[in-house]
Amino acid sequence: MSPENAVATEVEMITVVIDGFEVTVPKGTLIIRAAEKLGIQIPRFCDHPLLSPAGACRQCLVDVEINGRAFPKPQASCTIPVENGMIVKTQLTSEVADKAQKGIMELLLINHPLDCPVCDKGGECPLQNQAMSNGRPESRYEGVKRTYEKPSAISSQVLLDRERCVLCARCTRFSNEIAGDPFITLNERGALQQVGIYEKDPFLSYFSGNTVQICPVGALTGASYRFRSRPFDLVSTPSACEHCASGCSMRTDVRRGKTLRRLAGEDAEVNEEWNCDKGRWAFKYITNKERVTNPMVRGADGELHEASWPEALAAASAGLKGKRAAVLTGGRSTIEDAYAYAKFARVALKTNDIDFRSRLHSDEEAAFLASIATKLNVSYRDIDSADHVVLVDFEPEDESPIVFLRIYKQVNKRGLKVSTVSPVQSRGSEKLKAELHPTLASISGLTNKSVILVGERASEVIGQFTAVTKLADQSGAKVAWIPRRAGEVGALLAGAIGNLLPGGRPLLDPAARVDIASAWGVESLPATAGKATWEILEAASDGRIDALVVGGVDPLDISSEALGQLLNPSTFVVSLEISHSAITAVADVVLPVAAVSEKSGSYLNWEGRPRTFEKAITDSLTRSDLRILSMLADEMGAPINLPSTAATARELQSIGIWDGASAPKPEVALAPIAQPSGDQAIFHSWRQLLDLGTLQGGEENLAGTARPSEVVISAHRAQTLGVVNGDLVKVSTARGTITAPARIGKISDSDIWIPRNSIGSQCIATLGAASGLVVTVVKA
Amino acid sequence: MSKIAPVLSAHWDEADSFTLDGYKRHGGYNAAMKALAMSPDDVIALVKDSGLRGRGGAGFPTGTKWSFIPQGDNKEHYLVVNADESEPGTCKDMPLLMANPHVLIEGMIIASYAIRANYAFIYLRGEVVHVARRVQQAITDAYAAGLLGKNIGGKGYDLELVLHIGAGAYICGEETALLDSLEGFRGQPRLRPPFPAIAGLYARPTVVNNVESIASVPAIIDRGNEWFQSMGTEKSKGFTLYSLSGHVTNPGQIEAPLGVTLRELLELAGGVREGHTLKFWTPGGSSTPLFTAEHLDVPLDYEGVSAAGSMLGTKALQIFDETTCVVRAVLRWTEFYKHESCGKCTPCREGTWWLVQMMKDLEAGKGTPADLDKLIEITQNIAGKSFCALADGAASPIISSVKYFRDEYVAHLNHGGCPFDPVASTLFATAGQA
Repeated sequence: MSPENAVATEVEMITVVIDGFEVTVPKGTLIIRAAEKLGIQIPRFCDHPLLSPAGACRQCLVDVEINGRAFPKPQASCTIPVENGMIVKTQLTSEVADKAQKGIMELLLINHPLDCPVCDKGGECPLQNQAMSNGRPESRYEGVKRTYEKPSAISSQVLLDRERCVLCARCTRFSNEIAGDPFITLNERGALQQVGIYEKDPFLSYFSGNTVQICPVGALTGASYRFRSRPFDLVSTPSACEHCASGCSMRTDVRRGKTLRRLAGEDAEVNEEWNCDKGRWAFKYITNKERVTNPMVRGADGELHEASWPEALAAASAGLKGKRAAVLTGGRSTIEDAYAYAKFARVALKTNDIDFRSRLHSDEEAAFLASIATKLNVSYRDIDSADHVVLVDFEPEDESPIVFLRIYKQVNKRGLKVSTVSPVQSRGSEKLKAELHPTLASISGLTNKSVILVGERASEVIGQFTAVTKLADQSGAKVAWIPRRAGEVGALLAGAIGNLLPGGRPLLDPAARVDIASAWGVESLPATAGKATWEILEAASDGRIDALVVGGVDPLDISSEALGQLLNPSTFVVSLEISHSAITAVADVVLPVAAVSEKSGSYLNWEGRPRTFEKAITDSLTRSDLRILSMLADEMGAPINLPSTAATARELQSIGIWDGASAPKPEVALAPIAQPSGDQAIFHSWRQLLDLGTLQGGEENLAGTARPSEVVISAHRAQTLGVVNGDLVKVSTARGTITAPARIGKISDSDIWIPRNSIGSQCIATLGAASGLVVTVVKA
Repeated sequence: MSKIAPVLSAHWDEADSFTLDGYKRHGGYNAAMKALAMSPDDVIALVKDSGLRGRGGAGFPTGTKWSFIPQGDNKEHYLVVNADESEPGTCKDMPLLMANPHVLIEGMIIASYAIRANYAFIYLRGEVVHVARRVQQAITDAYAAGLLGKNIGGKGYDLELVLHIGAGAYICGEETALLDSLEGFRGQPRLRPPFPAIAGLYARPTVVNNVESIASVPAIIDRGNEWFQSMGTEKSKGFTLYSLSGHVTNPGQIEAPLGVTLRELLELAGGVREGHTLKFWTPGGSSTPLFTAEHLDVPLDYEGVSAAGSMLGTKALQIFDETTCVVRAVLRWTEFYKHESCGKCTPCREGTWWLVQMMKDLEAGKGTPADLDKLIEITQNIAGKSFCALADGAASPIISSVKYFRDEYVAHLNHGGCPFDPVASTLFATAGQA
């Protein structure tokens, strides 16, 4: 393993001499890595520190001797670990190595096209660079180069130009070893060897974009970036991913104010060097035609009209002042923005009615979150060293893909035991070789080295959070909550929920309220616990609340009734949005806010680790939520004084984490499970990684690799229905019907599973619920 | 020293040599029963002491290879017999399996017992369907006779033997590519370490041996080391099959003690094609550097051939007389290596592809003597740089032919093409008329 992965335990150190310099590295380090430590760059293509050695390209040949015994031939430095007494001579000191490398480079280039001027990789190409540094000035090849039809589509988003490929097998090794999706492979032999797919098993991998990033030549390109830009025209900004709570480090490449591509950043503690395709390619929502560009105010004619900022702020202020108002923020805010909402609610609206959970949620969940908010003590490293990982209502591959990669790595490396509390064995849990448990009751043998990862869908099972807490208390296992959205952990710590103040302070604790009141310079804070999202919506519909501030919420994420509840004409709605939506359609004032690449800020990932990023599109005129809320609060005469992200972050920092007693743990009994009969079933669902999510809009190439909708049924039910894999079945409630092909899977006879928000399967909109309901299943 | 030593081939001329009865008539399976009465470690020690070396090309001591298998590791061990004979010129294992498949099965029982394997595999080249049928029948017969399966010969040892038919890829003769292929993957060589003895088939300790190596074991067990060591030379003990092909009066296999010379073998085979003289030959198949008439007295054992600048390889002696164009012969081999390159590593994949183009140009008389230097330079950039030895094999005939026959290459350039009559070298050309 590479030195950066070396654990803190005692590791034997080995001293070797490379080009006359001594270097001491942990046992097992490859020569090529040891040379890097000395700043000696040995050229390479197939070598990648996170992939198993291949020794295929032969570019890294060096001269090696061990205790005076020289290898008769130059050796591939990417495959040989250092040994005591080893003397290595690279191209810098050995003519043999230098000639060998130049010879290999010449062979690599005989069939490589000279299309660098039009190749996406030109300018950032390891082949181009190393041909200059370690190649012959001129080729002696006089024949005709090998050509292929180009490009060949590996998937809708990954294109392959075979003539550029140097067959290093990085892409195939990544897909096989890291992602567990061995859908691309090397086909054919000899000079015709090429990367390919099997037509019947397409490259439907959530991680395929990484193959483009690690391709050392321009052979693999992303369909949406291909031919769009030259690398030297791009301005790169380190950024963080807004799509989920994994917390990937990213790089955003912008040309003239427009994001052209995003790459996985390097963070050994979090995403290593990988990310998922959603994080990489779902950014077109920023430039979609529905962007709100100017403030808008609903006029007497009932239509929205563009307005100046002072007009819009005055209208919003007038509509909110003195009202019984509440705040709904989506789970996608940065922690700074969430904090601004939290402070705005308490200071300007004088209410605790704020909730970041714009999805299915429960009071039990709120209690659970309050009890863990100050104790986020689980990290990716705990997965690395865990003896058992338990997934509770959590599908890492769909809901937090980097967590999936991290678990998969350990499953692969050391057979880490994984259990999943889920009604169905998903493709992801199959890859993790996870044991399927219908409930937590059958999980046993946990120790203080075990990790329980509980997802947001636990709120859909009454009593689940209580059961998780109890299991952890009994066994000593660590518990982490992994919501889907990037902003939820930050929003929790920022106090954007009715039962907590910033820093995880329990609202009902008077000392906590005094703490925050003095920090904010206000006399007191509202003392009654705030309503949850569903209560706020109910109150809005029956008039107990008459004004709402809404940021980044899709009502169909919450329930099928939510939009109707918002439609109460007497409710005054202020919407802070990046694009026109169901909310802006009913809002009285719409205030445009900055998308993530247009602002700075930070997310807290599921570990509670800050993922801070700077503005990638520097000349954007849009403002972040906190700035707008600050202006609105000023307008209302109740200032919250958050003029910038930096100032907000400082204020949040100074408030710190609550060190008093934490909120009590939830105490809710598990609800009995309904027993359906005949053609009835209990339906379950979750959101697949690639689906109809708002932030994936406008990216058709990405959508092309979404997993198709399906109804997962047991073999017994299939037999009863008389269907085989692929036959259409209908899933119905009183409200509507979803029709999709059946797939026989590992699921209880009484249950079925369908995707929650995919093409042809939108549970909340069509069936009126997201899970748990009894439905009717018949052959279509 | 007797010039021939028929052991494996002793009874090939009997009509039923390939049957269980035919094999048993000459004491077949006695050695297996003898070995099963010994301790496995004693069997390994005996084979180690015999000095038997691998007959597949590299000449690694067979008993030493067996002793690398970790014992008492509670893992399944496997024996895999490499019957993917596909080196141009090599034709010893297929005739052996046709004429005497039971000697391999007996050898496999002994070897599997020694390394504590209960599963053994024969990886057979796919094209030789007739051999596959015969070996499969022999396996079936051995099972029926209680020589395979549970409790072999009542000695309490179990062995399941599986015949696997390859798809006809030269690279699958490389032991790790063979294992990949046997596991159902595309045959490409694996990175070593781990070596097969530690993590071979299905990542379990595995011995991979050539057919002839394993087939030689029963005789050693049966007749003992003293007998075995009475044949051969100091470091190359025993008997082996030499395959003579090409421009030789009586082509075929001659079983002789290691260290015999080509001159002696040619005498036994009736000499070079009548009316012609020896021009060049391969000592161990096309992957071994060429020899010429000046090497007629080189002792054909591991050390002798090596000292003369080539390798004993598979002892495939391809004989070429003076009608043969060496450039043409080498081009054909080069095309073979290009076709058989697995594509995994750069020098072999791209290099053999380029070498064919250069060789074709030279054969067609295109270019200058400087191109000959370029050919050698590029070939040297390929040799010793590749992942496995396939590319080294491709380089051998080129480098050695230019070494011995540079003038002939230049003659092509001066002549504007091949100065030879290709028909004259064919076997259908009337002898002596060339």
